[in-house]
Amino acid sequence: MTTTESTLDRPASPPAFQPVSGARKTKNLVATVLVGLAFLVAVVPLVWLLITVVAKGFTALLSADWWTHSLKGVLPEEFTGGVYHAIIGTLLQTLVCALIAVPVGVLAAIYLVEYGRGRLARTTTFMVDILSGVPSIVAALFVFALWIGTFGLGQSAFAVSLSLVLLMLPVVVRSTEEMLRLVPQELREASYALGVPKWKTIVKIVLPTALSGVVTGVMLAMARVMGETAPVLVLVGYSKSINFNIFDGNMTSLPLLIYTELTNPLPAGQLRVWGAALTLIILIMLFNLVATVVSRFSAIKTK
Amino acid sequence: MIGAMTEDSGQSGGRAGVRRPGDSIFRALTTGSGLAIVIAIGLIGIFLLIKAVPSLVADKANFLFSPDFITTDPTNLKFGIRDLFVVTVLSSLVALVIAMPIALGIALFLTHYAPARLSRPFAYIVDLLAAVPSIVFGLWGAQVLGPTLEPFETWLNKVFGWFPLFANGNIPLAGAGTIFTVGVVLAVMLLPIITSVTREVFRQTPVMQIEGALALGATKWEMLRTTVLPFGRSGYIAASMLGLGRALGETVAVLIILHASPKPSGFSLFDGGYTFASKIASAASEFSQPLPTGAYIAAGLVLFVLTFIVNAAARSVAGGKVHK
Repeated sequence: MTTTESTLDRPASPPAFQPVSGARKTKNLVATVLVGLAFLVAVVPLVWLLITVVAKGFTALLSADWWTHSLKGVLPEEFTGGVYHAIIGTLLQTLVCALIAVPVGVLAAIYLVEYGRGRLARTTTFMVDILSGVPSIVAALFVFALWIGTFGLGQSAFAVSLSLVLLMLPVVVRSTEEMLRLVPQELREASYALGVPKWKTIVKIVLPTALSGVVTGVMLAMARVMGETAPVLVLVGYSKSINFNIFDGNMTSLPLLIYTELTNPLPAGQLRVWGAALTLIILIMLFNLVATVVSRFSAIKTK
Repeated sequence: MIGAMTEDSGQSGGRAGVRRPGDSIFRALTTGSGLAIVIAIGLIGIFLLIKAVPSLVADKANFLFSPDFITTDPTNLKFGIRDLFVVTVLSSLVALVIAMPIALGIALFLTHYAPARLSRPFAYIVDLLAAVPSIVFGLWGAQVLGPTLEPFETWLNKVFGWFPLFANGNIPLAGAGTIFTVGVVLAVMLLPIITSVTREVFRQTPVMQIEGALALGATKWEMLRTTVLPFGRSGYIAASMLGLGRALGETVAVLIILHASPKPSGFSLFDGGYTFASKIASAASEFSQPLPTGAYIAAGLVLFVLTFIVNAAARSVAGGKVHK
């Protein structure tokens, strides 16, 4: 009797649920720690860099002249003057670039989403990918070879804008494409059912629905293009004074000012370098912030 | 899916046979814009080639294997891309070796470890790295990070000097304007690029697979290893190649950090010198005579071809999973 009872107590097969072995637990723990560390490793340089820029540059931003004056007539060792001319230059070049890149980019995205079929569409998507990988110095060299080398026109801010267009286009196309694909198909169908032509459907229904997303993408693209330095090194000259004419004369942008002042080892020059770097980061953050706000306030309602 | 439906509804939008001028004009406009992008890429290649050929013909050195880049005398051009190529590839590889594992960790952290509510702000922090302009990275690398890395590089050089990559470079280590420092800075710049693409691919892992693995008793790491990583591998590799393309073409950060060197490259990470991009940018103010300028345009053409190949490869590896 007692023997049968003990066999009855024993399970017929070993239990299916087994405790997680120590080795597996350790591996899991190690993986968790490593993954967490990887994130921390990314945060360290960001914080380090931002703190450095703010610490070295913020005193320059405190003077009122910084935002309202240029460096015209300022000697290398003088702590006066400001970067008004460079802010103007950066904004002008970016704006002119956007004026060209946005229509072309949005239309190309419409083509890819609404019309694109067959070989040309495939080639276009491929080329947009390639274009997004073209280094800024190559874009600058191309505009140099075309604008200055072939047409014989001089260096100008407009040439810079042209090369920035090449860098901005793929960003605009990709973000617009993504937004257009989010527009519910029912909206298009409802419009067609009412007899509205396809182009009017796109212009009056699809685009307005996706507009906020497109604007966000454009703002982000402008923020990206703003900090590009390679084109301004090749395509425009440095100037200490204000210039509003994008077709003629030297025009300074913030990256060009930083690069030029780097050769000035005096404390005043170093302060200008870091001050301009901080100004550039603030400008870019502003564009990013506006982009985030726009997308937050009006996201596409998918159903 | 959307595309196929659009075509159908497009046809049913108007009565059969009705041709609207607005439609054809708009169609031509959008198609033209798409075509413009294709043409732009073609033009880049063609124009760089046209401007580079005369200088290549006038080149008195071997273009592929000469370490010289002397363009001061237009009648006696001697330029080759050996050193530019070596420095470009070495610095980009250092960047990739550092950035790839970290980016993988960050992507896993953001998709599977971070608390759901914090995942977005955390992702935003990493993306902020991409918002910092490269010239600021250059400033930071040359004036802050370089001096900090200098003792570490001296130590590496002393202890592992027998290994060719860590051998004495062709510039003094003071200030650490070396390929190694450039690689570290490039790695930081690549992190947001590789992370953002990898993250998106990891997010697409089928939930059924993840839940299946967990239901079979897998630990979190085993689940990641058996479902998320195999699913996302191609996307991760593609993302890394996109990063490589960016590193190859990075200009101004490299230009500021890397010290020039009078001697040719010795394949050491503690060398100085120029990459393709920084060489071109360094000479930008002297682009006045066509022949010397053509030499730099030839270097730019090689860089264009390199990045074209890397990006095209990234695209084919991704196989439609990556939309960036």
